[in-house]
Amino acid sequence: MAVREPTHMTGKQRELLNKILVTGIASFILIAFIMPLGYMFTSGIKSTAQMNDPNASPFWPQSPKTIEYEGEQLEVYQVPTEDGVKELAAVTKTRTKTTFIDPENPEAGLIEWEGNWRKDLVPVYFADAKWDNFKTAWDELNFPLLFRNTLIIAVTGTIGAVGSSILVAYGFSRFDFRGKNVLFMIVIGTIILPMQATLIPTYIVFSRIGWVNTFLPLIVPHFFANAYNVFLLRQYFMQIPRDLDQAAMIDGAGPFRILVSVILPQALPAITAVSLFHFFFAWNDFFGPLIYLVSAPELWPLSVGLQRFNATYGRMPNLIQTSALITLVLPVIIFFLAQRVFMQGIVFSGVEK
Amino acid sequence: MTEVSRAATVSRASKKPKTGHMQRYHTKWGYIFISPWIIGFLAFTLIPVVATVVFSFTNYSPVTPELTEFVGVKNYVRMPSDAKVVESLWVTVRYALLAIPITLSFGIVLALLGNAKGLLGKNIFRTLFYMPMMIPIVAGAVIWKGVMNTQTGWINVALETVGIPGPDWVNSIFWITPAMVLIGMWGVGNLMLTLMAGMQGVPTELYEAAEIDGANAWRKFRNITLPMISPVLFYNFTLMLIGAFKFFDLAYVLKDGTGGPADQTLFYVLNFYKNAFEYNLMGYGSALAWVLFLIVLILTIFNFWGQSRWVYYAGEGRN
Repeated sequence: MAVREPTHMTGKQRELLNKILVTGIASFILIAFIMPLGYMFTSGIKSTAQMNDPNASPFWPQSPKTIEYEGEQLEVYQVPTEDGVKELAAVTKTRTKTTFIDPENPEAGLIEWEGNWRKDLVPVYFADAKWDNFKTAWDELNFPLLFRNTLIIAVTGTIGAVGSSILVAYGFSRFDFRGKNVLFMIVIGTIILPMQATLIPTYIVFSRIGWVNTFLPLIVPHFFANAYNVFLLRQYFMQIPRDLDQAAMIDGAGPFRILVSVILPQALPAITAVSLFHFFFAWNDFFGPLIYLVSAPELWPLSVGLQRFNATYGRMPNLIQTSALITLVLPVIIFFLAQRVFMQGIVFSGVEK
Repeated sequence: MTEVSRAATVSRASKKPKTGHMQRYHTKWGYIFISPWIIGFLAFTLIPVVATVVFSFTNYSPVTPELTEFVGVKNYVRMPSDAKVVESLWVTVRYALLAIPITLSFGIVLALLGNAKGLLGKNIFRTLFYMPMMIPIVAGAVIWKGVMNTQTGWINVALETVGIPGPDWVNSIFWITPAMVLIGMWGVGNLMLTLMAGMQGVPTELYEAAEIDGANAWRKFRNITLPMISPVLFYNFTLMLIGAFKFFDLAYVLKDGTGGPADQTLFYVLNFYKNAFEYNLMGYGSALAWVLFLIVLILTIFNFWGQSRWVYYAGEGRN
């Protein structure tokens, strides 16, 4: 950091100052950066009334405090009295005069206060988290169905994408055949192709064979390998020495046998990485399901379900945040458990899905 | 040691001389293993791309397929005079021009901090800055839409406490673009990691030499770090430019796919989506898709060209 230190500081002091400064700046930016998650969480446990109450804290869920007095719910205010500010419950309210009762000491009778309660008094609030929101959102959006659909698409797609990519990467890394280099260039070339360039004819065909409004368009194409996975796996397979292949071959193992018993056990880190990448891609994909499933609500995955809820239930901003939290919790947990795979894998391959 | 190297020599040697039998074995199994890709490439890439070109010369609509006819280059001629296409290109380019310098600068700041010697909890820092990339984009958009709410959103609450009246981020014609840039910065993790790796690759002798010459931190950054990480910066620059032309999810979720306010979120792909799947103009949509492909192709070529042209690579000198 660009700090010109006074010369009388010792090396240790300078180091400490540097630590405090750098860590302080980083923490400040980090807090601002992940602040939306805090908003999501606290809004997700508020009621709509709490969200819209201008006097309640914008940060955590708060409700105005009330007490029961002679069968009625009375609102509690902070009232300035001769003995300092007291928390009193309003019995009758008019524009110029309000009568209160002291909840601590109701026998003392009514206390009169001159002034405009609406303008001059602050209501008393207490922390009041609405944990029920999780249950309500769970039922309102039908999360069991959304999770089921998302898992079907993501798991079968991942199996297909990884399985087929392993075969293709094995072909490219272990066999020498005519046209291999040109074909591999084409594989890499398809990375730049925007999916929109193939979308319309593909959609028309899927529509003709009755695949629109089924999971098939989101699953079947992944069974034919994709460039990212093939590239990453091939790079990894190339680093595995061929000696073991040859030893196995001398022992009479065929190509499939070599793949299963020699290559795969050694390539587990790369296979884990591509599996996770594809799973995340499928879990988060919005465009594909929007195109192919838009008129079949019973097949919506989380992404489309959440978007539709957000578009139609604007009057429930709290439940929208609760739902966002439910949607992101699984990917975030998987990320924390396997963060090394993501953060190293991406630097290693230089490509992002 | 010697055994390993001998084994390596043997394996290298045995790769080369190929008898007819070996060659047949390699060809047969090579093609068998890559066949899933070949089939997929033909069925889901090559044929559809060619079909997109063919469709782009027709007025095909799935509602009235019987009226389909070839219209020549009409779809392409129509684009420059289609106000929505012109607007969508402007929205896309304007977003890129604003987002790229801001996001790159932010990424550099984070990478400098992440590599700084004094940073405590380096791994926590890196993980948490990376984490939002893993949040589903729809959830992220929904969260940010809440954070930017005029009444209850924390951004405007914070602005209010310092006496600044916050704007109506997602409904304002002016503020919607900065709002999307801000939200897009949640995806800075990948950029941060690649920049950190790039900075770690700078030889420390360069800094030591500069220190002997009395260079301060800024001069070291400006004259050593920046040129040395310029390949990473350039790579990310073109990647983000291409990303802007594929931008869809965030714009769709923020404004429910309307493209509003006043078409300010009508990105190129959103306009494509509306034409092809809302107005059922699939012939015109095909032409738009094909133009998108050309734009991305040109930007990719520009990426490769630029890398060889002005980006500094260690050991090659500076052009």
